Amino acid sequence: MSLAGFEVEVEQVGQSGLETEEMTLNMGPQHPSTHGVLRFVVKADGEVMRQAIPDVGYLHRSIEKISEKVGYHGFMPYTDRVDYVAAMFCNQGWGMVSEKLGGIAVPKRGEYCRVIAAELNRIASHLLSVGTMVLDIGAITPFFHAFREREKINDLLEELCGARLTYNYMRIGGVAWDLPPGYAEKVTAFLDRFEPMLEEYDDLISANALYVGRCAGVAVVSAEEAVNYNLVGPNLRASGVRYDVRRDEPYSVYPELEFDVPVGPGAHGVLGDSYARYAVRIREMTESIKILRQCFRQMPDGPVIAKVPRKFKPPAGDAYIRVESARGDMGWYAVSDGTEYPYRCKVRTGSFAAMAIIDKLSQGLMLADLVTVIASLDIVAPEVDR
Amino acid sequence: MQDFLDGLIEQGTFGHAPAQVVYAIGIVAVAAIVIFGFVLNVAGVTTFIERRVWARIQSRIGPNRVGPQGILQWLADGIKLLMKEEVIPAQADPRLFKLAPYVVTMGFVAAFVAIPFSSALVAADLNVGILYITAVTSLVVVGILMAGWASNNKWSLIGGIRAAAQIVSYEIPAALSIFPIVLITGTLSTQGIIRAQGWAPWSWFLFYNPFTFVAFWILFTALLAEGNRTPFDLPEAESELVAGFVTEYSGARYLFFFLVEWGNLYVISAVLVTLFLGGWQVPFALSDHPVVRNLLQFLTFFAKAYFGVILMMWIRATLPRIRVDQLMSTCWKYLVPIAFANFVGTAVWVAIWPNGNRPVWYLMTAGGFALLGYFFYRVGFHLRRSGAQLLLSPFS
Amino acid sequence: MTASEIYERLKAHFGERVISLAQDAKDPWILVDPAAIAEIGRFLHDDPELRCDALSNQSGVDYKAQGWIEVVYHLYSYAHRHYVILKVRTPRDAAELPTVEGVWKAANWLEREIYDLLGVNFVGHSDLRRLLLPEDWIGYPLRKDFVEPEQYHGISTRRESLLR
Repeated sequence: MSLAGFEVEVEQVGQSGLETEEMTLNMGPQHPSTHGVLRFVVKADGEVMRQAIPDVGYLHRSIEKISEKVGYHGFMPYTDRVDYVAAMFCNQGWGMVSEKLGGIAVPKRGEYCRVIAAELNRIASHLLSVGTMVLDIGAITPFFHAFREREKINDLLEELCGARLTYNYMRIGGVAWDLPPGYAEKVTAFLDRFEPMLEEYDDLISANALYVGRCAGVAVVSAEEAVNYNLVGPNLRASGVRYDVRRDEPYSVYPELEFDVPVGPGAHGVLGDSYARYAVRIREMTESIKILRQCFRQMPDGPVIAKVPRKFKPPAGDAYIRVESARGDMGWYAVSDGTEYPYRCKVRTGSFAAMAIIDKLSQGLMLADLVTVIASLDIVAPEVDR
Repeated sequence: MQDFLDGLIEQGTFGHAPAQVVYAIGIVAVAAIVIFGFVLNVAGVTTFIERRVWARIQSRIGPNRVGPQGILQWLADGIKLLMKEEVIPAQADPRLFKLAPYVVTMGFVAAFVAIPFSSALVAADLNVGILYITAVTSLVVVGILMAGWASNNKWSLIGGIRAAAQIVSYEIPAALSIFPIVLITGTLSTQGIIRAQGWAPWSWFLFYNPFTFVAFWILFTALLAEGNRTPFDLPEAESELVAGFVTEYSGARYLFFFLVEWGNLYVISAVLVTLFLGGWQVPFALSDHPVVRNLLQFLTFFAKAYFGVILMMWIRATLPRIRVDQLMSTCWKYLVPIAFANFVGTAVWVAIWPNGNRPVWYLMTAGGFALLGYFFYRVGFHLRRSGAQLLLSPFS
Repeated sequence: MTASEIYERLKAHFGERVISLAQDAKDPWILVDPAAIAEIGRFLHDDPELRCDALSNQSGVDYKAQGWIEVVYHLYSYAHRHYVILKVRTPRDAAELPTVEGVWKAANWLEREIYDLLGVNFVGHSDLRRLLLPEDWIGYPLRKDFVEPEQYHGISTRRESLLR
């Protein structure tokens, strides 16, 4: 595919008599750094970028159109692929919007199972995000530590639902299976071992002068900008807006759980910079651990799924719900026409807006900072393209 | 060997060439074979050891399949690279593209001429030894720029330019940190510098005076930057530039760059050991027999140098990468002024105490060991606090 | 503020251009005149009682049977924690809407996506070009009458059925 849409201009930028040219570089779809298949057309003057124009669509799989073909129940596995790093939230989102359309109430135990699965997935997703951010900046060791912990979570989730990445654990009306016997002990043992690791992580990299020098003050996003561009999740909270869908528009059993909402700035740097986004994610993992412990203490017994007909035909109408995914609030909008196939399904993901803001943030940054910005905004390509 | 060559001359193998020329070529050939044999093996084994050291730091095992404990891994990688298809981009400048790896290797291997292995083993005891090493390792810049330009790839070009800027800038603090040692010994010859030191830590130039102590760390940092090692590995920053200036290289040409990068670790360490850590000095009483003594000296030098190499691998596994503008400001705003201060300080010191100030020397040594002790204390503290499981065996 | 209060306030300001309120829907929504959407958006953003500072979602839905494309705006206010849901309808064969990019920057990419997949032209958009599909793609896939092209740049899109 050519650079159709961007004219490859060679601009003569003359300053004080020196004739220089602006380079147009292509940080192409295959790249060891970008998080998924993303492409940037970078106009750079030496090391300083004038603009980094994102070019997305390499991972567009027309998932929204597929929903119109496979029906409500059949769409659940497809939702995993919308954001495969934090797939439980996508499952939960589709489940919730279908339940809102159909007026179905999920039993209490089912909600708790959902929250447990979702929070475990949140920790795994944040570990991946933080690990790859540090790797992109050059430190190779914390990446391995993060992934070692993530492997343990993958094992736990595999025990729960049989899959390590695309879980398809939740169903419309609840979850597919109850927790396996002994699960609470295994997860609690893991949490006990994992919690001190976060401190170790902090010791290893968070205060490292080189790391702070690369992240602090880079790509500062003010609160107004963040809200205007519809940045969500840790990106928004790092800019100072204390908002979390679980706390402020609560769904599921979150009203019964106590947890904190970490807001930037981090221990170093300013409000809204890359370091703050990193620090918020690290602190969110601690909050997820708290939530998980409470869930296991408070879980009631009972069924885990409501009775939903095989041919699920919600009444005609539309509904919009938001789930606090690892990457921010994921908005699910579904339109039903009374048949068993959704008329329209739309996912608005956290990474979508984050990609949109990179064009503006990149002006004046150095090439090395572009990688930091992409990593700190926690962008995964499947979410952007669906 | 002289008789052997005389025999060949009489047989007329070399036509009418004068005997001196034949001897000279013979010496150079032997030296080249010995050095290449040493260098290629050291560079290769270093790649293997680096992977095992990193693996241990990252709580995993590392290559352990090819040969016992994976010790033949580097051979396997080398053979694999040699057998790969050599791809040259269509728009690349073919002559420069093919020449670049050789220029880089030349610059790197030529440094070994003046690096001593023991008191009798040195390819050429140049009386401008250390200056020669500094000069010849700069040839690597030319090679890297050629590679970056000839690849016809904007990212390689950026990598090459970054490398050139980095290496050239860091030559200054490096040279400035070598000057104090030259002032103390009055000679540029590497063997001379080592002979001016002793075998014991309290006769190493590292502890000679506070200025040389600081100069050691500045030289260490500057040489890290010259060798393109983390935290200064921008030219090959994997996450940004794919592989920087070596992106378009494959097969044997890539092997050359690869070898130079890892072999350079040994050169850096050897320079540091020569200048600051007493070189190959062993206690004279250990042996009279020249062969045994030379062997011990070689082993001492090699052990000290390799310790430095492992230290650099440790640093690479721990630290992130520094950005280009931060790199430049570190060099010009911090390292150069401090290096100048060291230089002037040592000059004044040598003027006041031409034969060295023994009490300060001993004091500095004691201080150095105290620092080392404190370091181990802190390591123990962290180990106890985290309750980590220690697996001390290097074998998996 | 509840949906009916918001509706009353909008009606007071814009009169005829705010058409109706669907109070009984799961998420009550307000139907507005397409030509006025930019002004209404600006009012909703700036008015201190409403302060809809975030465009949470903007989706296009193709109602082929009714002959219009509906664009749904889910606006959220961080200050007051309420939603305002606006819907506009534009005819399928000449789908055109004013852009709200001037009010919420988030609309930049959201509108590009609607243009890309449904073919709605947003008047005044700074950079209206395809987002997810290649620049030279023909057709608007999310439309109900979209027929997949036979081939793209010489690559056939026909697949053998796996069901025999």
